[in-house]
Amino acid sequence: MGFEPKIVAFVCNWCTYTGADLAGTSRIAMAPNVRIIRLPCTGRIDTLFILKAFERGADGVIVSGCHPADCHYTSGNYHARRRFAVFRELMEFVGIDPLRVTFSWVSASEGGKWAEVVNRATEQVRRLGPFETYPRAGRRVSYERRQDGENAKVRKEYL
Amino acid sequence: MSRIGVFICHCGENIGRTVDCARVAQSLGAVPGVVHSVDYKYMCSDPGQALIKQAIQEEKLDGVVVGACSPHMHEKTFRKAAASAGLNPYLCEMANLREHCSWIHEDRELATEKAIDLGRFIVEKIKFNRPLSTIFIPVERRALVIGGGIAGIQAALDIADGGRDVILVEKESSIGGHMSQLSETFPTLDCSQCILTPRMVEVAQHPRIRLFAYSEVESVEGYIGNFQVKIRRKARSVDETKCNGCGECQKSCPNRKIPSEFEQGLGNRTAIYVPFPQAVPNIPVIDRAHCALFRGRAKGVKKAVCGKCAEACGRKAIDFDQEDSFVTEKVGAIVVATGYQLYSIGKEQDSEILRGYGEYGYGTIPDVIDGLQFERLASASGPTGGKILRPSDGKEPKTIVFLQCIGSRDRAKGIEYCSKICCMYVAKHTMLYHHKIHDGKALVFYMDIRSGGKGYDEFVRRAIEESHALYLRGRVSSLKRIGGQIRVQGMDTLSGETVSIDADMVVLATAMRAQPGIASLAQKLSVSYDQHGFLNEAHPKLRPVETNTAGVFVAGTCQAPRDIPDSVAMASATASKVLGLFSKELLEREPLIARVDRLTCTGCFHCEHVCPYGAVERKELRDARGRVIRMVAEVNQGVCQGCGTCQATCPSKSVELDGFTDEQIFAAVNAL
Repeated sequence: MGFEPKIVAFVCNWCTYTGADLAGTSRIAMAPNVRIIRLPCTGRIDTLFILKAFERGADGVIVSGCHPADCHYTSGNYHARRRFAVFRELMEFVGIDPLRVTFSWVSASEGGKWAEVVNRATEQVRRLGPFETYPRAGRRVSYERRQDGENAKVRKEYL
Repeated sequence: MSRIGVFICHCGENIGRTVDCARVAQSLGAVPGVVHSVDYKYMCSDPGQALIKQAIQEEKLDGVVVGACSPHMHEKTFRKAAASAGLNPYLCEMANLREHCSWIHEDRELATEKAIDLGRFIVEKIKFNRPLSTIFIPVERRALVIGGGIAGIQAALDIADGGRDVILVEKESSIGGHMSQLSETFPTLDCSQCILTPRMVEVAQHPRIRLFAYSEVESVEGYIGNFQVKIRRKARSVDETKCNGCGECQKSCPNRKIPSEFEQGLGNRTAIYVPFPQAVPNIPVIDRAHCALFRGRAKGVKKAVCGKCAEACGRKAIDFDQEDSFVTEKVGAIVVATGYQLYSIGKEQDSEILRGYGEYGYGTIPDVIDGLQFERLASASGPTGGKILRPSDGKEPKTIVFLQCIGSRDRAKGIEYCSKICCMYVAKHTMLYHHKIHDGKALVFYMDIRSGGKGYDEFVRRAIEESHALYLRGRVSSLKRIGGQIRVQGMDTLSGETVSIDADMVVLATAMRAQPGIASLAQKLSVSYDQHGFLNEAHPKLRPVETNTAGVFVAGTCQAPRDIPDSVAMASATASKVLGLFSKELLEREPLIARVDRLTCTGCFHCEHVCPYGAVERKELRDARGRVIRMVAEVNQGVCQGCGTCQATCPSKSVELDGFTDEQIFAAVNAL
């Protein structure tokens, strides 16, 4: 019985989102666990978004933007990188294993790389198991695949 | 409560084969706030769009979510459809169910669940979307072109012929740039000045072009459509309105031994001079550093040491008391075409990363010259009347060795890039040399031959086959003066042997670099540049003539090494961008930009610090009585590009990026 992690990806519109589009156009298969949220630039990412994602049931988070020196807005990705460097220290303190968060640079032409990032992050989070450090009110939906190969949706209720 | 309409597209088989669209529509229809949820085969088609428009009107929708392809594909299409049905276009968003879902997964169950999640993110986000309207900024429909070389001239002519006024600023006394110094141009061997000077005259006579020669840009303020430019008109010491270009002043000047910059030091000029006979404008300038009268003044001498030019001038145009003056102009767009300089072969370099060539004598060997100097020797209007003669003794060189890649492609010397034109002009030089000195021997030491343009490789072939230039693949380790000749010690890697030649002249094909002082000009324009001083384009593939500063465009060699046809093409491209910008009276901008809540803004200005565009301005916040409470930030609607770095940085969350506010993003994340 395998646990299927739920991963949220905060990506920048100009590079990674377009790179993910290219992966789609090229029909590159990848793990279905990642949900992309589009932002204009990684510089827009508030570290609270990442915390919120974990609080709402994500098992992992991907942050991805333009390569250094290539940011569409010149310097947004540098701010994101600096913010993230500081945030990593805070993450352990608040109980999130830093391995659950992947930071990557994927350009608009790197469809293949995006697929690698997705697959790698999914495997990594799968090995770490479900994120249960934050109990949360409300319903959390997760997926399990039964051993007989049948896909089944299992709803877990938390109070 | 929201009234959101959800429209799931099958996209034929593209989405429908993998994602159960009907179930997605059904599932999203159950989300609170969604009042209408359907699926259809082709949402972007006319009947598909009609479904949306009809639903907007019948169901009085206040939000539309289209689950289909990537928003990069059809966001504009659906926004237009929504707008035509009376719904603000920014209340319409797309969920990417194709590129990010159906095309990359195979399991129908998992793909459908993912599609429902992706749709739900957008549904929850759109509940916090605000209606936004296009921002209109007025445009001053006049352009500024900085630099009067071939690129600047072409841009100015194209913009002016397009019906708009142009101001052309050139720092030298005449326009024309380096192209006016060339003898003949590859691959046609056209006489350079013959094809250039008609354009120069056209610029001077064009009713829509105002030419400020011997002038520089002092400061630039404002933003796209509304720049204020201050231009410094340097003092020529000659009244332009009176001078008629007769040349008597130059004939009378007693100081005739000043090395001429135009002749690259191979010839002399007078203290009051016009750089070359075909100069535009044909008005002289006094070089105050060398003029006897001004040197006297600098020493404090009361009586004028010399005044021969003023006496010779029949129009009383000489004005020894003239000073720099300033002009301020309003323009809507700026084209930068400041050109290049060559890597100096001397010891003094103006950049720390350049090492110079000690092994080639640091420029102390008189018959070792660079490409532009060879052009002046070959040019019929040059210091030797077009005869190739050695600078040391004026004799004809019977053996000339050309060295390619001097400075270029050489990390040890500070430059890794290729200068693009040298392979071509060295081939041209061997041909010019052969045409003038039939029994002369030309040898070329090369690493590669880069001749990629139209007719270019055929041209190099001609140099080898018709002009009998001998091409040796290898580099030269040293140049030494032996008697009256230069011993060239090199390597021929194809035969594996060292080569030693006693040459009468050596021509170094030195690297093409950005102009000195480019950093300060770039900073005035808020344009970024690389470690070599070349200005940065907005996107190397798809936006080669724009910069990341809206309204500022680049053309020619100031952006990267290139030849004349590419510079001309680029200049015309900037003109088309400028004319496009000027085609409307008001500039339209997408309203997805930042906005400051002045009441909660504390005035820390972290946003100003991180904004890559300088779009944050400081404004006074006043109370009802007009007293200043504090300074607060305000985002300039013309400059902000909508990255959102300010919002992520703001400690009080007072600045919001419309279209991607915190509320919207948190709503999407909460939908997990």
